[in-house]
Amino acid sequence: MIAAEFRASASLRSIRRAVIALLAAGAAYELVARSGLFPPVLFPAIPAVLGTLSDMLADGTMLAHTASTLFRVLVGFGAAILIGTPLGVLMARFQPVERFFMPLVTALMPIPSFSLVPLFMLWFGIGDLTTILIVFYAATFPMIINTWTGVRAVNPLWLRAAGAMGADEKALFRKVIIPGAFPFIITGIRQAFLRAWIAVVGAEMIAASDWGLGWVIFDAKEFLNTDVMMASIVVIGFLGFVFERLVFGALERATVLRWGMMRQARG
Amino acid sequence: MAYAAQGSMALTAPAPAHDAAGSWLRTVGWNVFPFVVVGGIWEIVAHAGIFPPALFPTLERVAATFVNLTISGILPRHAIETLLRLLSGFALAAVFGVGLGLIMGRSRAAEDYLLPIVSTLAPIPGLAYTPLFLLWFGPGDVTTVLLVGFVSCFAVIYNTWTGVKAVKEIWLRSAQSMGADDRRLFRKVILPGALPYIFSGLRLGLAQAWRVLVAVEMLAAVNWGLGWLIFGARKFLNTDAMLAGIVVIAIIGLALERLVFKRLEDYTVVRWGMMGSGT
Repeated sequence: MIAAEFRASASLRSIRRAVIALLAAGAAYELVARSGLFPPVLFPAIPAVLGTLSDMLADGTMLAHTASTLFRVLVGFGAAILIGTPLGVLMARFQPVERFFMPLVTALMPIPSFSLVPLFMLWFGIGDLTTILIVFYAATFPMIINTWTGVRAVNPLWLRAAGAMGADEKALFRKVIIPGAFPFIITGIRQAFLRAWIAVVGAEMIAASDWGLGWVIFDAKEFLNTDVMMASIVVIGFLGFVFERLVFGALERATVLRWGMMRQARG
Repeated sequence: MAYAAQGSMALTAPAPAHDAAGSWLRTVGWNVFPFVVVGGIWEIVAHAGIFPPALFPTLERVAATFVNLTISGILPRHAIETLLRLLSGFALAAVFGVGLGLIMGRSRAAEDYLLPIVSTLAPIPGLAYTPLFLLWFGPGDVTTVLLVGFVSCFAVIYNTWTGVKAVKEIWLRSAQSMGADDRRLFRKVILPGALPYIFSGLRLGLAQAWRVLVAVEMLAAVNWGLGWLIFGARKFLNTDAMLAGIVVIAIIGLALERLVFKRLEDYTVVRWGMMGSGT
């Protein structure tokens, strides 16, 4: 009882401290912004940033930027899943496939996706296609590698047991290999999205199009619109957080956690 | 947390073990073959004249450019500048990240106050801050190094913090009951116990620093650096110089991966106990 009460008061204290810390950080920022040490164009006060954010949300420009960024990231990321997962499975199941693709994957993976942006800009021009391809490049390798690892990590005993119980290749695949590899595939999806999200912001900055959260940040630099920049950074951080925590967390709960393949991480 | 698992593995195709020399030759053959196929397709497309040669140079031209740029010292200088920035930014992240992580792991108050700030800043892709840093610190080295350090320090902070928290309570108690003071407790128990996590944090941080650096060099208008080389080559349609730069980037990336990140899998997959006797 006492221990439980102590824990409750300790966690209450943590929450209180978290609020204090965030408020203090905000207040410190606000103080610097208003002190006039730096020009306000470079260091806008928080109300200004929030005002810009709500203006941009109200007139729909922020939504349009968000929509085009999401379109690019989801198409590239979706293509990475559609191509990376089967390739990873094939590489893990068939040795010739592995032998052919593994050296290529090993050689291409360490190339940061951004280094291909100038090349793709020459080949495919400025705009959606270049950005989507960069996102695809960034997201494919985590998918391939994690799927490959996952399929190889499926307990051989399960395969033999299913085989002994008369499962054919198709049933083996659907009932044993895919569920068995799924924790790894989900890890791959998470890593792939994380990379895709970074890649889309960077690619939009370099391969400037007309819309997109990365583009709007970089474009705002020309006009010293630091408030627009910060408002977009907030949106980028918020969306990344939503995907990582809500979307993939839900995916994990609906699959591997429900199947009992993985335990929930400690609170 | 997303930072905890950015595994990257590099394996070559396993060769059946027969006689040593034969299997070695076969391994080399299997590893070279895919590149021959891809290179062959590239050459056919480049020579077919479907695309203008300025945009799709032949491999001979890329190789010649690579050699020329290397001999003239341009390529090595770009590479060295890039590596220096990588190391300075990463050193910043390592010192700051490990320090902050240790403090957060040891002091409950520091954890309570700092963790909300760290976890608010961490999910934002570091590149999004680039224009802001450019305005604040001007184009050039300062912005690049600060940004690389900023981006890579979160992985270091998180892993160090986790590592300190993962040190077993019983080790601390027994060391204390054997009369260890705070200093010795820290040096002999906490630091060694947290070290595997700290290392994996440093590896993750270096990987992130490397991926971001190339992009930052393009945006921050530095005078030298591989990112700048390939971005500048675009203006003059020097696709061959661009590809030569990408090759150097790939070599550095592969070296980092092989020398530094390779053991990452031990700290993720094996630690979770997910990898059976499969490999």
